[in-house]
Amino acid sequence: MATTAPEHFQGHVDHHGHADHDHKPSFFARWFMSTNHKDIGTMYLIFAIIAGIIGGLFSGMMRVELAEPGIQYLDIFARWFGATNPDFNSTLHVWNVLITAHGLIMVFFMVMPAMIGGFGNWFVPLMIGAPDMAFPRMNNISFWLTVAGFISLLCSAFVPGGTGLGAGTGWTVYAPLSTSGSPGPAVDFGIFALHLSGAGSIMGAINFITTIFNMRAPGMTMHKMPLFVWSMLVTAFLLLLSLPVLAAAITMLLTDRNFGTTFFDPSGGGDPVLYQHLFWFFGHPEVYIMILPGFGIISQIVSTFSKKPVFGYLGMAYAMVAIGVVGFIVWAHHMYATGMSVNTKMYFTAATMVIAVPTGVKIFSWIATMWGGSLEFKSPMVWALGFIFLFTVGGVTGVVLANGGVDDVLHDTYYVVAHFHYVLSLGAVTALFAGFYYWFPKMSGRMHSEFLAHVHFWIFFVGVNMIFFPMHFLGLQGMPRRYPDYAEAYQHWNHVATIGYMVMASSLVIWFINIAYAFLAGRKAEDSYWGEGATTLEWTLTSPPPFHQFETLPVIEEAAHH
Amino acid sequence: MAGTKNHDYHILPPDIAPLATTIGALTFTSGMVLFMHDMAGGKFVPWLGLAILIASMFMWFSKIIKEAHAGDHTPVVQLHQRYGMILFIASEVMFFVGWFWAFFDFSLFPSTLAEAVGGQWPPKAVEAVMDPFDLPLLNTLILLCSGTTVTWAHHSLIHGDRDGLKKGLWATILLGVLFSCIQAYEYIHAPFPFGQNTYGSAFYMATGFHGFHVIVGTIMLIVCLKRAYNGDFTPRQHFGFEAAAWYWHFVDVVWLFLFMAVYVWGGWGYPTH
Repeated sequence: MATTAPEHFQGHVDHHGHADHDHKPSFFARWFMSTNHKDIGTMYLIFAIIAGIIGGLFSGMMRVELAEPGIQYLDIFARWFGATNPDFNSTLHVWNVLITAHGLIMVFFMVMPAMIGGFGNWFVPLMIGAPDMAFPRMNNISFWLTVAGFISLLCSAFVPGGTGLGAGTGWTVYAPLSTSGSPGPAVDFGIFALHLSGAGSIMGAINFITTIFNMRAPGMTMHKMPLFVWSMLVTAFLLLLSLPVLAAAITMLLTDRNFGTTFFDPSGGGDPVLYQHLFWFFGHPEVYIMILPGFGIISQIVSTFSKKPVFGYLGMAYAMVAIGVVGFIVWAHHMYATGMSVNTKMYFTAATMVIAVPTGVKIFSWIATMWGGSLEFKSPMVWALGFIFLFTVGGVTGVVLANGGVDDVLHDTYYVVAHFHYVLSLGAVTALFAGFYYWFPKMSGRMHSEFLAHVHFWIFFVGVNMIFFPMHFLGLQGMPRRYPDYAEAYQHWNHVATIGYMVMASSLVIWFINIAYAFLAGRKAEDSYWGEGATTLEWTLTSPPPFHQFETLPVIEEAAHH
Repeated sequence: MAGTKNHDYHILPPDIAPLATTIGALTFTSGMVLFMHDMAGGKFVPWLGLAILIASMFMWFSKIIKEAHAGDHTPVVQLHQRYGMILFIASEVMFFVGWFWAFFDFSLFPSTLAEAVGGQWPPKAVEAVMDPFDLPLLNTLILLCSGTTVTWAHHSLIHGDRDGLKKGLWATILLGVLFSCIQAYEYIHAPFPFGQNTYGSAFYMATGFHGFHVIVGTIMLIVCLKRAYNGDFTPRQHFGFEAAAWYWHFVDVVWLFLFMAVYVWGGWGYPTH
């Protein structure tokens, strides 16, 4: 910004002399041709917010439909999507489109861009003392391919899918519903959406791994890296090794659909369960891809507001490595109901439960970090505490569902929906808000309102628990997921959940007001506005940091802690 | 120091290539949807997208070469490029894992439900397979030979023998093209069709994606040859060449696995064409 303190000014190598501004490119060049990790991170965050609003509206449409038994609003929604006089089948198809779009958008176009593209891009280079990412230009195409994938996915909503407009396959795109069950072009647009954004994510992963391995400031050994950087390193490896398998799987879908192969078509000897194996070999690492950066964010925040280094730093780092490694060999716990042998179920049950060990290491280390700390309940810390509680609830139900025998009963019920929303919607998203309030003043240069941030937290916390806690009851009572209608016995808790959605949605209004407040009236953020507890390198820079930081690399002293 | 870069990392000016490449990619995929569903523009839009994609990538990679000449590729930046290429190849390996996974699923557990398969591998509907010790063996030798010729080129380059560099590259490229031609001939004369059952699906998609990678690798080597004629590459700095060579060895190794698994083991004792 124009007010950046002169001593922090860092111009471009080709330009000299102008100490009053930051040599930012013109508007088009800055935002459409960017090679700056902070600008690209900002674009990712704005993109994720837009995608999150769209994905959140879809979940709102689902919640109002589920408020009462029977079909209330789906035919209206069908008309919104462009259907004229929708028949009953195409009306019900809208439901499938909603669950598909909600899942794909939230996973690929909200959580991943915000966590990895947004916070990762912004803070990995800052935290390791690097001037930018290793491949600044490739960083940009990672972003644009994500946008292209999103456009392709949105296109799919307006062309025929199965029995109506749009891809109604679920985010897992299981065959045969996604092959012979959806002859229209919608699913092809969806497949290409995953190809495009997947290519972007693979390039992003290459960029992060190279940056973290090669661009750490002098003196910053691997074992001195902030835990957020560790989390991004593990996440990037998971992306690099799992996404290509998804690419192969959805390419098989594509050729099965359009070119006569029979990978998943039993009449030609193919196997729909093969698709599930390939998908979940990607899909399970994917859930850690979404949560590990959140772990990193929470570690930074808990340490900052306890004014202590993280308890058991090395254990925390290698717990994430362990989660990443073991995360590759547990995928079939998503497939207990496919008729696998008891021995296979036993293996995947045991392997899955092993993951609870490193995850427990993290939870208890966060608690031990706070133990005896000088605690300050600023907004990021409150969000982080919310995360620890909510993620633990989701983790515990995960241990329940890991049992192949128990899963026979709970598979595809609302218990599963409750579980994965507790770790994602309440875990990953809460971590995103924690990171947002932690770093927003650093990124924007303006302080948000702590009061509004606390109000946002409490309303959000009550809202999401109202939505998702009753789903445990519904699942245990046997309510199946992915249906727009249900027996009247399930009416009560569904109604509560829909009210919870409105509570949660209203908290987001407060969030937007808080952002507007910060830009319009927020006071200027100091360099290290959270005080002495914040010890990582981003706090040595101005808020916002100069366009190019660390033109002279910082040197990490021997005694510096994490 | 204000305005002074005191490090060896490569800070880039703004660049339109990423957005242009993305527009090409999105146009191509959207055009493919139109093509696959016989919709308007399906015969035209994919080619347009491909043209934009290739032009943008050409622009992008040309810039990288120019930056190399400008001295932007300091030792640490070259290290980045090495990491980047290794990681890219690692992701490619996982892509082929997906195709091998499908192949071994079909071949180790052939379907007993589908009449076309009849619980055996190769499936009942497949009357004959390719004789692995005919043209596929020749292709194996061609690729292995090309692995040695690219090493010949590399060693010539390291020892300042520009003539040997060009000869080695020419030989590698010609062997690569020969491999692709023989693959095309094999496809045309194969005794089983694309698709229809798991054999044709797994065989053509796995070997087809390998073939596509051979073509990409050949293009990389052609670029290297052109650069060799332009006087690029020094005995100390020639990562563009090394990346192409690594990639070439990678497609070579994938072929060895394909040859052993799909051609030899997968068709063992079966009537050949």
